[in-house]
Amino acid sequence: MNIVVLVKQVPDTATERKLSAADSTLDRASADGVINELDEYAIEEGLRLKEAHGGEVTILTMGPDQASDSIRKALSMGADKAVHLVDDALHGSDAVQTSYALAQVLKKIGFDLAVLGSESTDARTGVLAAALAERLGVPQLSLASKVEIDGSTVRIQRITDYGYDRVEGSLPAVLSVVEKINEPRYPSFKGIMAAKKKPVEKLSLADAGIDPALVGLAGATTQVVDFADAPPREAGTVVKDEGDGGAKLAEFLAAKKFV
Amino acid sequence: MGEILVLVDHIDGEVKKAGLELLTLARSLGEPSAVWIGEGLDAGRPVLAEHGAAKVYAADAALNEYVTAPRAELLARLVADKAPAAVLVSATPENKEVAGRLAVRLGSGVLTDVVAVDADLVAEHSIFGGAMRSRSKVASGTPVIAVRPNSVAVQPSPAAAEVEQVAVELSEAAKGARVLERVVQEKGERPELTEAGIVVSGGRGVGNAENFAVIERLADSLGAAVGASRAATDAGWYPHAFQVGQTGKTVAPQLYVAVGISGAIQHRAGMQTSKTIVAVNKDAEAPIFDLVDYGVVGDLFQVVPQLTEEIEKRK
Ligand SMILES: Cc1cc2nc3c(=O)[nH]c(=O)nc-3n(C[C@H](O)[C@H](O)[C@H](O)COP(=O)(O)OP(=O)(O)OC[C@H]3O[C@@H](n4cnc5c(N)ncnc54)[C@H](O)[C@@H]3O)c2cc1C
Ligand SMILES: Nc1ncnc2c1ncn2[C@@H]1O[C@H](COP(=O)(O)O)[C@@H](O)[C@H]1O
Repeated sequence: MNIVVLVKQVPDTATERKLSAADSTLDRASADGVINELDEYAIEEGLRLKEAHGGEVTILTMGPDQASDSIRKALSMGADKAVHLVDDALHGSDAVQTSYALAQVLKKIGFDLAVLGSESTDARTGVLAAALAERLGVPQLSLASKVEIDGSTVRIQRITDYGYDRVEGSLPAVLSVVEKINEPRYPSFKGIMAAKKKPVEKLSLADAGIDPALVGLAGATTQVVDFADAPPREAGTVVKDEGDGGAKLAEFLAAKKFV
Repeated sequence: MGEILVLVDHIDGEVKKAGLELLTLARSLGEPSAVWIGEGLDAGRPVLAEHGAAKVYAADAALNEYVTAPRAELLARLVADKAPAAVLVSATPENKEVAGRLAVRLGSGVLTDVVAVDADLVAEHSIFGGAMRSRSKVASGTPVIAVRPNSVAVQPSPAAAEVEQVAVELSEAAKGARVLERVVQEKGERPELTEAGIVVSGGRGVGNAENFAVIERLADSLGAAVGASRAATDAGWYPHAFQVGQTGKTVAPQLYVAVGISGAIQHRAGMQTSKTIVAVNKDAEAPIFDLVDYGVVGDLFQVVPQLTEEIEKRK
């Protein structure tokens, strides 16, 4: 099975994130880049499916040069090779444009199963799996907390508002996974050494057959108008319970008219 | 003023509050038309009428047999026929997927998780866990906007809610992911988590499943929904459908009560925009206290029952 795992590099959520004053895009230079933590579950699931059904795991990343650090980490977890879509013209692409660019790459490299995380921790749009399925005309098996593959049939448990749906589709398909699905492995020393020699193919827009007019800030389908720091929360009151903590909290809630 | 399509979520005809919020919002942008999928319109229509839906486009329940694509195809059909000024959906994970597919179909832009939309269709986001506000607009095609539940105060305003049946011929691709079974885990009488005005959440500090009764009693005294941290849902103390946070539900109630929750960044991502936040935690250093309007450092098994009792007394 040809498994492609889509991995995004994002600014570490633990550090302060900013928008760039120049063009309102995410200031990627000012924060440490890490693998979107939800994509680690996608990598793990890709590796487990390969272990169970055979085949190959390819990492696909769209992002600037420094995203190669995240690609190496994904390879050190055990993926076989990687494709890195990197081109300055991609800067500022929004969700719809990103889905176009990544769909073009997926068409070019081919796939049985494209595996994604449930959302990226920076943009948090959570639309990419659905948008890719739409563009590629393949089943959308998204928000999976469990996956089973039987021949060319894929069955998932899809997390919903009320619980879950059992959903079925056939390969090729787009799969996205939630963090309940597995426990991502840590790269082993051997894995880290091996990753250094694994092939990473860099693709430009032209290589991937991407129309430059359909990506990047200039042609974006959404535009940031302005942005500002949110007004800081006023410092609250914190009291130590001296046997009357519950009563004090009740008083606070009553003063705020919640009681 | 242009027509605004509003995808209204309902459970067997019972309209979700988020749908009424969208209709209220849509009235400030143009003339709202509700899009209704499935049974129950007899029960739902008076509610849509009361909240300003001039029209209701009603489609067959069969659209729910497949994952998201049929709903996007229905909305795309309606956009082609009615040329609305915008399409609004509530920002549930499922509807965001519908919105993403629809935007691709229409060649337009999509904005998800917005907390406000002004008359020029400029939408506001709360980003980076609430640290910043940004405003964005859709630059091409019919704007598709997913609005975070609890961002708008519902106001009634009567309208005709004239029903028009619509049918859509689904593409083969839309039938690719078939729903075999729906399993409902969310139980009970309490308000729905994303819609509730008050949410009381329990975390690892609660200790076990039985002890969640302490959380439930407090919630019931306040008429609140119950939520849980990932530590609590992973441990199986409370069903996953109640998880609050980055990979659970995003809530923005008037009041959020965090009990035995440390306030990890992934938890905060789902509750940080709550209007008032209070916490009970025995660790004075817990990061949740950075967010609170009022916090009590103490043992939840002492503080929470006393709080519940005080609330009952004041009723
Ligand atoms: C990819 C990913 C996604 C995640 N998504 C989410 C998410 O959606 N939602 C989420 O919540 N988390 C999420 N997490 C997990 C998150 O990082 C934290 O691990 C989790 O929120 C911790 O839950 P907690 O606060 O209940 O537990 P802990 O961090 O263990 O905190 C328990 C708190 O209870 C207090 N306590 C203990 N006993 C008592 C007592 N008797 N009285 C009072 N206080 C007491 C302790 O002082 C402590 O502060 C995610 C993590 C990852 C990696
Ligand atoms: N630039 C990118 N390169 C590779 N994969 C991506 C990229 N952006 C998003 N993804 C994938 O899409 C998922 C959902 O992202 P999003 O729709 O941006 O919230 C992520 O978890 C990744 O698996």
